[in-house]
This record gives sequence, structure tokens and C-alpha cells, in this order.
Amino acid sequence: MRYLKNVTTLKLNEKKCLGCQRCKEVCPHNVFLMNDMKASIRDRDACMECGACMKNCPVNAISVDSGVGCAMAIIKGWLTGKEPSCGCSDDDCC
Amino acid sequence: MSECCSKQDDQTDIRKTSTELTFGDRMGALKVRCGIGRNNYKIKPGLYAVGDPDDSSPVLVSANYKLTFDSLRKELKGMDCYLLILDTKGVNVWCAAGKGTFGTEELLNRIKKTKLADVVSHKKLILPQLGAPGICAHNVKRRSGFEVIYGPVRAADIKAFIAADMEATDEMRKVRFTMRDRTVLTPMEFIPAMKLSLLVFGLLFLANLIASRPFGIEDLAIYMGAVVFGTIITPILLPFIPVRAFSLKGWILGLLWTIYALWAFGWLQDDMITAAGYLFFLPSLSAYFAMNFTGASTYTSFSGVMKEMKAAVPFIIVTVIIGIVLLIFGKVI
Repeated sequence: MRYLKNVTTLKLNEKKCLGCQRCKEVCPHNVFLMNDMKASIRDRDACMECGACMKNCPVNAISVDSGVGCAMAIIKGWLTGKEPSCGCSDDDCC
Repeated sequence: MSECCSKQDDQTDIRKTSTELTFGDRMGALKVRCGIGRNNYKIKPGLYAVGDPDDSSPVLVSANYKLTFDSLRKELKGMDCYLLILDTKGVNVWCAAGKGTFGTEELLNRIKKTKLADVVSHKKLILPQLGAPGICAHNVKRRSGFEVIYGPVRAADIKAFIAADMEATDEMRKVRFTMRDRTVLTPMEFIPAMKLSLLVFGLLFLANLIASRPFGIEDLAIYMGAVVFGTIITPILLPFIPVRAFSLKGWILGLLWTIYALWAFGWLQDDMITAAGYLFFLPSLSAYFAMNFTGASTYTSFSGVMKEMKAAVPFIIVTVIIGIVLLIFGKVI
């Protein structure tokens, strides 16, 4: 299953990479590839911006504007002026 | 929890839990899948024992949503291990990780409160991979000494993961979104949509008081069809609809349904203004409901949903307004 192309904010600074493989390990969509103990991006458009790779990279080599891919949360954010967050409240789903 | 052996609140207590789900557990799961009591379906955070663990047994970390806890423990038959349950306010691991409640601070806090370092002699924690957006593994290690090992995405793979010396296959690491996964989520799309629809029915009832051609059972049917196509059929058929934006998927199915129903009711010839009204209104209604399924899906990104919405939301608003105006013309005047 594929979502929209060329939208992800994922960036990897390969020079900083130590080759620990954490990013490949945590990514739920197999975005990363390890080559000669360096990470590279194999499948950019599969990224869902969950932020797991950025959070677990020990040398801050990865950046991504992580957020919820949830229309209801974004609508709520527009209406309340707050950051869209997955508010699994009474009658919506996250 | 009925299987709690201890009545005390003390956090260092280790509660025993079973790998068998009771009838009550299954009914509870059915209820929350339909949105009943969904925001208060939680268990106590803390340490739980599965089987007969000792100080060398593995520690699995999870969330205190009872549906999560149940789907984890039922996969652990025959195992001896500990479950370290974080306080995620009754939210599942992935959503809680996104919010940060399944997070580094809560994990460190729970390790301390349960005195985990005194319970086990090793320094390893197995976390669900989908908890990773909330956890900074190297900081957990630095601040508690515990090494974070990300286990498989699905609880069903845990035994195989442990048996393979905690090596996950690529398949275990990938999130899926099978037809079954999608189908169990549809009641939580349909039921809130019906709540919203009660408002629409109220307005239709009022409109009927002054309508020259009142809304009838066929109008109800064509409307309900659009809701069902947006909230149930689009999610189920998701990968088979050959466009990527969820709203467009819903719009296409809603349009097909609307054309079919208008043709079946003979309105395309007899009542063209009403037919045009529905052609504007209903596909956009399906599109709106389908767009909301982005939040339930496992692969949409924030940037992607934002891009989709920037086009879809103005389109939906304009077409719904045009549709409603045409319907009022067709029915009332």
C-alpha cells in the first residue's frame, strides 16, 4: 500500500551515520538500507513520518517533521489552533 | 483485573496474569471496537508475571490499554516472562508513542517504580517496535542501564523473535494493513458517522414540513449508501481503488454508488435537480468519511495528509454546499 509521492520531510545525513542500524530496525516501512555500515534511504515514499528513526538515532543524523497522518487530528488542529494531535477522544479514532 | 492476586496498590507488587482470554475479555474487545467505553478500557500500570518467571526471564514492555494487554498476553502461552506495563492513559502502543505517553520518561519512571533492577538480574527490555516513535533507546540505556531491544511489530511474532535470539526478520519489522485489520476498524468509522447523520435526519425532517416533494425512504437509502461507501467499503477495498488519496478513493466509490442509485430510482430522468444535488453532495460526503480513515491507516504521513486535505477540504465544502442548495430547490420549491 502506497500513499502520496514526494511529500515526506525525511532527511538523512549519511556523513554522520555510525552504522548502528537502529533506523532500519525501528522503521515500520523498511525505508532504510544498510550499506557498508552506512544507512541510506532505500524507499523514501514509503515514509509515514512517525519519527521513530530520528528519535532513536544516537548521532542525530536523521531529521523528519514527525506528526500524525490523521485528517481528523488536522481538522481539530485547524479549528482549535493547536498542534494536530491524535486525540482519541469520545467519538473519533486515531 | 480479575486475575490480580494482590489487592495492594504498591507498585513493587508483581501481579499474575493469564495467557487465556475470558469471555469477558472478548466481550470487552467487541465493545471497544464499537466505541463503547473505549476511553476508559485500561489496566493498572506496573509489573505483571506470565507463567512462572525468575530473575533471568525476559521483560516485555507494553501499554495499559486493555485491548493491547490482552492481545499481547494471549500470544505468550507457555512462556515465563514479565510484562512491564506503562501508563499510556489507556491508549495503544503506536498512538501513545506518537503522543509521547509511551515514552522515554514514562519508561524510566516505571522501571524505577517497579524496582525492575531488583526483580531481574539482566539489563534487557523488549519493546514493541511500534513504541519506537516515543522512545529514545540510547537515553534509556544511559539513564537506567537497561538496553532497549525492539521486538517485532506484531505480538504474534514474539515467541519466534525470542527463539531466534532476539533477531527480527524483515517481515516481523514491517507493519501491515490487511483486509481483516481494516475491517475491524470500520465500526469506529461508521458509528460516529451515524451520530453525525442523526443531525442530517433532523434537518430533513424539518425540511419535509415545508417540502412539496418530501424526502422519503429512497432518499434515506441513497444517503445511507454514501455513508456506508465512505466509512466501510472504502476502508475494506482500500488498496484496490487505483488512486492514492483517501478522499479521492471515497469520492470515486461514492460517485459510483450515487449514479447507480439515481439510475435505479429513475431520478436521472424524472427529477434532474435532485439528482444533480445528490451528485454534488453524496460523493463528497463519502470522500470526507474516507479521508478520516487516514488516521486509522498504518501508512499515511502528516505531510501527505496535509497535501491531500489542502485540495480535498475546499472541494468537499463547495460541492456539499452546491449539492444542498440544489436539493432544497428540487424538494422544497
